[in-house]
Order: sequence, then structure tokens, then C-alpha cells
Amino acid sequence: MINKFLGFEPDKDKLPSLTAKIGDDIDLSSHKYQKIWLGPNHPGVTGNMAVELWVQGNTVVKAKTHVGYLHRGFEKLIERRLFVQGFPTSIRMCVAEPDTNEYLIATCTEQLSGYDKAVPEMAKWLRMLSLEMARLQGLLRGVPGQGGTFALGLGVQWGVYLRDLILDRFEELTGARVYHMYIIPGGVRGLLPDGFKERMEDNLRDIDDFIIRIRKLMFHNSVFKKRAKGLARITPDMVDKYGIVGTNARGCGVKRDVRKDHPYLHYDQLDFDPPTDTDGDIYARTWVRWQELIQTVDLIRQIMAKMPEKGDIKAEMPNVLHWKIPKGETYVRLESGRGEYGMYYVTDGSAKPRRVNLRGPSYTHAIALLEDMLVGADVADVHAIMVSLQTCPPEIER
Amino acid sequence: MSLKDILTPFTAWSKVVKEPVTIKDPLNREAAPRYRGFHDNDIDTCIGCGTCEAICENEAIDLVPVDGIETKDGDSGLRPKIDYGRCCWCALCVDICTTNSLRLTNAYKWVDTDPDNFRFVPGVDEKDWYKREEGWRKPEPNYEFYGLKRVEMGELHPEEREDSFVEMIKGYSKEQAEAEADRCVECGICTATCPAHMGIPEYIKAIRNDDLEEGLRILYDTNPLPEICGRICTHKCETVCTIGHKGDPLSIRWLKRYIADQNPSEKYKKILETDILKKNGKKVAIIGSGPAGLSAAHYLVLLGYEVEIFEKLEKAGGMMRYGIPEYRLPYDQIDKDVNYILSLGVKIHYNVTVGKDITLKKLGEDFDAVFAGTGLHLGRSTRIEGTDHENVYQSIELLRKITQGEEIYVPEKIVVIGGGNVAMDITRSLARLQNQKYGKVQVIATSLETEEKMPADREEVIEAREEKAIVNPGWSPQRIEIVDGKIKGLHVVQCLSLFDETGNFNPQCNMENKNFFEADMIVESIGQGMDVSYISEDIKEHLELGPRGRFRVNDYFQTSLPWLFMGGDTIQGPDVIHGIANGHKAALGIDKFLIGE
Repeated sequence: MINKFLGFEPDKDKLPSLTAKIGDDIDLSSHKYQKIWLGPNHPGVTGNMAVELWVQGNTVVKAKTHVGYLHRGFEKLIERRLFVQGFPTSIRMCVAEPDTNEYLIATCTEQLSGYDKAVPEMAKWLRMLSLEMARLQGLLRGVPGQGGTFALGLGVQWGVYLRDLILDRFEELTGARVYHMYIIPGGVRGLLPDGFKERMEDNLRDIDDFIIRIRKLMFHNSVFKKRAKGLARITPDMVDKYGIVGTNARGCGVKRDVRKDHPYLHYDQLDFDPPTDTDGDIYARTWVRWQELIQTVDLIRQIMAKMPEKGDIKAEMPNVLHWKIPKGETYVRLESGRGEYGMYYVTDGSAKPRRVNLRGPSYTHAIALLEDMLVGADVADVHAIMVSLQTCPPEIER
Repeated sequence: MSLKDILTPFTAWSKVVKEPVTIKDPLNREAAPRYRGFHDNDIDTCIGCGTCEAICENEAIDLVPVDGIETKDGDSGLRPKIDYGRCCWCALCVDICTTNSLRLTNAYKWVDTDPDNFRFVPGVDEKDWYKREEGWRKPEPNYEFYGLKRVEMGELHPEEREDSFVEMIKGYSKEQAEAEADRCVECGICTATCPAHMGIPEYIKAIRNDDLEEGLRILYDTNPLPEICGRICTHKCETVCTIGHKGDPLSIRWLKRYIADQNPSEKYKKILETDILKKNGKKVAIIGSGPAGLSAAHYLVLLGYEVEIFEKLEKAGGMMRYGIPEYRLPYDQIDKDVNYILSLGVKIHYNVTVGKDITLKKLGEDFDAVFAGTGLHLGRSTRIEGTDHENVYQSIELLRKITQGEEIYVPEKIVVIGGGNVAMDITRSLARLQNQKYGKVQVIATSLETEEKMPADREEVIEAREEKAIVNPGWSPQRIEIVDGKIKGLHVVQCLSLFDETGNFNPQCNMENKNFFEADMIVESIGQGMDVSYISEDIKEHLELGPRGRFRVNDYFQTSLPWLFMGGDTIQGPDVIHGIANGHKAALGIDKFLIGE
């Protein structure tokens, strides 16, 4: 109005605008559409991430993922620290399974410095144990959590209790419940405490019982079936197009598991077969995770049976205060609960890494895939879809 | 969808009759024994090395002074202060702690209204969790962040060296030196303890970076005799080395030698940028070319002074050349250090005895200042019965003669009285000469001090024994038995203690426990005194005396006569590194005295 009065009319085409393109398809001023922000602070959003939704009635017509709400520049922080100082920062890149980050950063430095062969046997088994325990506690939250997105809160309570018991074991083994800081370059930071295996076995028996109960509660539940079946379907042809990995890919029959495809540590010595399903919908993905829960319990039992009784926990390595790694680059990956989780690591001969780049599955799952998958979905199903893809925002914005 | 799918979820109701699983009293839940909770520090064990501060990736640790803890050798007097606004409880500080004094207890609850309280000094500020035994400690076994084992130094086998004066320590190779340098945690405790305050962590870093020219520059900042010190320094730095608390201390001395050995003498001037030195037109005379004199000469000539050294003997080096055997310090290495200093323009007059050939007064008149580093060249005697016999010698005298190439009396049986490094030097030199002459060794070194309290370096004792000399400490010499004008041996009794309650020297002996050491020759090596005959009476009356009969000097080694400075063994020590430090400080003092601030 004032501009008009002054005789000045800005050329809006030249101004950057997020909505400039959308305006062609979705005319918010037509009152047919409504814009809703889901997050960044919303109990249904797993972590600090926002989804901008354009809805028509209850139906989503367009979605856009926004990250950056917790960006703390983890990669850059690690690049400004000594090699041994990286792991306490790295765990923040995925709080849900912190051990995966520790493993990646330790293995990258070991590979580039040539100490990967020196990691003691005992340390390798302990690393596998902590990685599987991390997967287990993630699944104890994730499987019933899917029911939680459909307002089935009971399973979540059961799962969180059992997860706490696994965190008790983590506390015993690593000295912390969530930020374990257990795997360091060269090895691990402690042997199994006395009586650990017995206490773990007690917990695993409780979890066996939980596995049967949650099956009855969720997978033979008419409400869960009605809502989850056929929702947010991933088809095998989408897998490569979107870069879908882990249980999301296995839910539609594409068997991808780094532990099998590119074995690391001693996974080749364990007897397991990654579960799959064919439907590719939320029900199928949750069902695959439920089977994986059984498998993870079994793997922990196998690891505890096969690991040596004692041994060195850390390789003999140079003084950590001036440990320099020769010029080189590497990519190390592992199978996290969410799928292939990798780190690209570059060193330049100095005492600090040149470049650290974490590639987590949520990067594609929660941005490219989620944005497309939400179109046509009901607003009430948005959380369910997001959770079913196992979104972990911190690993998107490292 | 079947009826089953509607009914099955109701099985969850069976849980209603089960006992709840929640913890009844979550506020008083005990954490696991390994839990990483709040810090505790055993401040008596802690030495304030600051390695915890160095490894902390959050900069949560600061080393701060603490009331009641004094700075002393091997202890910075500082203690870590933790900022819980930054700490992430990773416990790297505990894992790297060089003394194992730092730990995390398993306490995890702390409520306070004042945010400043969350910055505290563990072990000093009272906290109720210190009594907890449980918590995070450095993991076991074989979990180290730096090497605890010293890289072994190659040396001649006892068979190879027992009849030879060839240098026995071989020196480090590049790989060995770099591996040894890698063990350093750069705490700087060594620098504080070194009398010359050498930049030890810095030159060790230069070795790691393979920049030995930079290493040499760092050495010459504080020490112009690196080849010599790299071989025979008393290495107080190694005694306090932080790594020594859990493992072997760093071989700081050998690392210094490695830098000096690897730099050829013809490149020194270029590396040290001393090709052209400015002159300020002032002249300083130096008496004695020992470590103190050479050090003063070096730093004075760099400051622009014209320096002339007056040396009584035919070669430079003082006690380093005439007191230390060649197998420990080869003469060509002394020459390397000395020649560099002389090449800077320092003039030296050999065979000139001040007090005889030229008076101190004359020096005072001809020069703007005089520095005296005359050393301790007079042997002390036990004054027991029989010491006036012609075959009772002073070790210092014999060592000088060996260096000068003079023939000395070497009988088949020798007893050395003394437990210090000089006693070991003469014992081992005589053992070599006996080996050359008779093909066997029969030298007994005996001292008042017991094995544990012998002042000699431990390795000297071990090596002397390897060379078949007998070291039999803990005996007090009583008299020398002489029959028909020939020495038969030394009577001794067991020595129980050396000092009384007040700390005065007052040996107590057990007269019942006697022993007799057969000998044809006795060597006394119980310390040296200074020869001040070069100072004429009219000058001496102006000089104030300090404790222990030494002349009083100020912080810059200036005596009560402003133009006369003194340093080295006559003032401090006795050892090479104090001499070097004194010479350096005196050079700065002379500059201050002559030029002003």
C-alpha cells in the first residue's frame, strides 16, 4: 500500500521465495489448501526435524522435509580434533545407536593408519556385542514404537522397560547408559564385568517373552493391521532409485544387509539370515523388524558363546597426543538398525582428519523418499510413515 | 481380518495381575561399578602434568594453582579444575592420566543453585562422593595411550668394552629416536626441573617432525654443549619425567644427543644463523674453559662481546675432558662443541694459569668484566691412617693423567673409596687398564652409603659390575694397612647411617662388623674442593662468603665485586648442566651490568 503510494512496485519475480514454484500448483489463497508444520518440536517426530505439509482436507498433497534444527557441525568438530578425540563427538550423530558411530570412526582411523590388523580378537568380539546390543535396544523401542504411532501405547511401555534393562548392561560394560563411548581407535575400553553374561541372559529371556507378547498385541491386532497394511508401500523398483537400505529394503523383498554382503568384524562366523517380507508396506517393515528382534537376541547369545574369555582390549598404538595418520581416504560401513551406515574419512598426514563425512540412511529415507511417500497420505498417518522409515534426524545434519 | 485379530490383543490384560517392574526408589539407584560419574583426584599422587588438559576435547579442564601445594621438581603445583558445563564424561582424562591419580566415581546426582559450583577442583573442593571406591578407572589390561617402555639404547657388550675406552653408548637410529620421541606427552615438567630450563618437549617434537635443524636451534637457545650434555648430563629431567610414574622415563639425554649427532658441525653456523655477529666493543675475560666458562663465552659472544678464555691446561673442556673418561664422553665430541664456540670468535689462551701467569686484578683492569668458572679440581681426602702413602691417589688426579696420556701406576689389586659418579668413573677406567695390562680385573669400589643410597647413577653401578669391577657399598674406611712400606689393604667397618636427626653428616658405624679389602693401591674419590688460590688477598677481602664456604653471588652470579662473576661447580651443582645454566645466566648478568636494561 505504502509502496503504491510512493509509486514503487518491487519486482517480486526477482526475490527468492520458497513458495514461488509451489504457487503454480497449490494456490493457498484459493482456500482449498492448508499448510501445516509438523515439528520441529512434536512428540511424533523422531528428533528435531520438521515436515511442512500442504493438505487438502485430510489428504497430504505436498510435503517438504526441513532439517537444521539441531545442527552442531559434528563432522567439522571432529575434523578439528585429534584422532582419539573424535569418538565422544561422533556418538551425537545418531543418539539412537551411538555405538555405530564409534565403530565407524575407530575403524576409519585404524584402516588408514594400518592398525586394523592389530585390533585384538577380544576387542573385535566386544565391538560386535556392543553393536548388537545397540541394535537390540533400538528395536525394543522401534518395533512397539510403530504401534505407538497408531496410538497403541502399551507395547511402547513394555519395550522401553526392557530397553532400560539393556541400558543397564551397557552401563555395566561401558560406564554409561546412552553415550557409551566404548569403541575407541585400537580396541575397546573394557572387558566384560563379572556375571555380565548371566545378567544378560536373564534380560534376553524377558525379551523372548516380550517378543511373543508384542506379536499378539500388534501383529494380531485388527486396528494395527487395518491401518498399517498397504500404507506407504515401497516397491522393489524404488529401492535403487531412492537408495533405500536396511529393513526398509528388506520389507519389500530386497535382501540387503552389510553384515552379509560385506562382512566386517566376525559376522562371517555367526549363523544368521536377514529376514525379509514381500509387501513393502508399514506392516511388512515392522514384521521384518520384529523378526530381526528375534535374530538379534540370537546373535547376542551366539556372540557371548563364541567370544574368548579374556584377552587384550586395545592394540599397542602410537601416543594418542601426536598420532599422525598418512595421507589417504576410506569408506567404512556397517549395518545399523536403520540400514547401511557409512563414513567417508580423509586424512592428510597431519594429527587431525582432513574430512569426515557420515552417510546415514535417513538422508535418503527422510528426505527424498518421505517427501514422495507422504503425497496422498492421511494426515493422521504421517507420523506412522516417518517412524516406519526409521528416521533419525541427527544423522541427516551431521 | 478375523475375529482372532480382534480378541488376541486383549491377552495383554494378563499383565494387570503381574507385579509392576518399575524401580521403587529411582532417586537412590546405585550406578554400575564402572559408571562414569563425577571426578575425583588424588592430589598427593597428582603432579599437575596437564595431560588431562591436553586430551580433553571439550577444553573442560584447566590446570590451576591450589593452596597448600607448592611447585617443586616433578610437580607443577597445579591441579586440574573441571568445568561441568563443558565436560562430556568421556573419561579420556582418566585413561591418559600419567599417575593414575584421576578417576571418575560412580556418583551421578548433583543439585546446586549456583552454576559456578559446577567448576571445581576434584580432590581439593570437598565433595561427598570422594569416599566412593567405585567408578571409572583406567581400563586393564594393556590399555595405554602412549608407550611405557623405553626404546632400548644399543651399547657395547661388557666383553667388548671391558678393555677399551671406545664410547660404549651407540646412539639412536632415526627410527629409534622417533619412536622414543613419540612417548612424550609434552607436559614440560622436565623443562621446569632442568637447571638450564631447556625446551625439552619442543626439541623432542622436532625429532618427531624430523626437523633436526629446528631441534638444534632449540638446543642452542639454552645449552651450547649439546654433544656433551647428550652424553653425560645428570638428566634431572629424566628423574622427574611424567612417563616415569607408570613406565620408563623418556631417554631425554639420548634424544638430545641424537639431534646433535645428526647435525654436522660444518652446518652449525648456517643452521644457528651465527655467520655474522654484531660487536658492541666491550671485552669479557673468562677463567676456565669448563661448561660454565664455555656457556658464558657462547652467550656473551652472541650478545656482541669480545671474549677471551684463560685455560690452565693444554685443551679446553675442564672437568668434562679431564674428569670424565673417554668411553663415556669421547674427546672428538667435546671438540665438536668447543670448536663451534671458538669459531664464533672466542679467543682462548691455553696453559695460562690465572694467579700465576696473569693476575685476576690485571684481568679486572684489562677487561670490562670477568667470569670465573674454575670448577672443583682439588681432591678431598678421608684423612684416615695411611693416606699419606705414595700409592694413595686422588681419583680426579688419575683421571686427568689418563686423559693427558700419562702413564699411571696400575697394580693388580685396587680399592676405590667413594660412591659417586667420579668414583665409578675411576673404578671403570682402572678396570679397563687392569684388563689391558693383566687380562683380569680386581677393583673394589666401596662407599659409606648403602647400595640404595649411593649417589652414583644406577646404570653406572650396574655397568661397573658388568665390567667385572666389584662395587661393595655400606662400609666406612678405618685405616690403610701398610707393611714394609707397601700397602696391603683397607680396613673397613659396617656403616649404619650417615646423617643424624638434625641432618648433619655424622656417620654411625657397627664396629663389630669388620671387613678387609686387599689392595696395592688406594684411590680416594669422596668429592672435590675448589681452588681459589687465583684470587689474591686484596680481592678476596672484598668478596662476601655465602653458605658452605662458597662465595656469595646474586641471581645473575655477580659477586660483591661488580666486575667479577662466578658460576659453575664452585657455586652450584656440581654437574655440567648447572654450569651451563650458570654461564648462561651470568652472560645475561654481565650484559645487564655493562649495557644496562
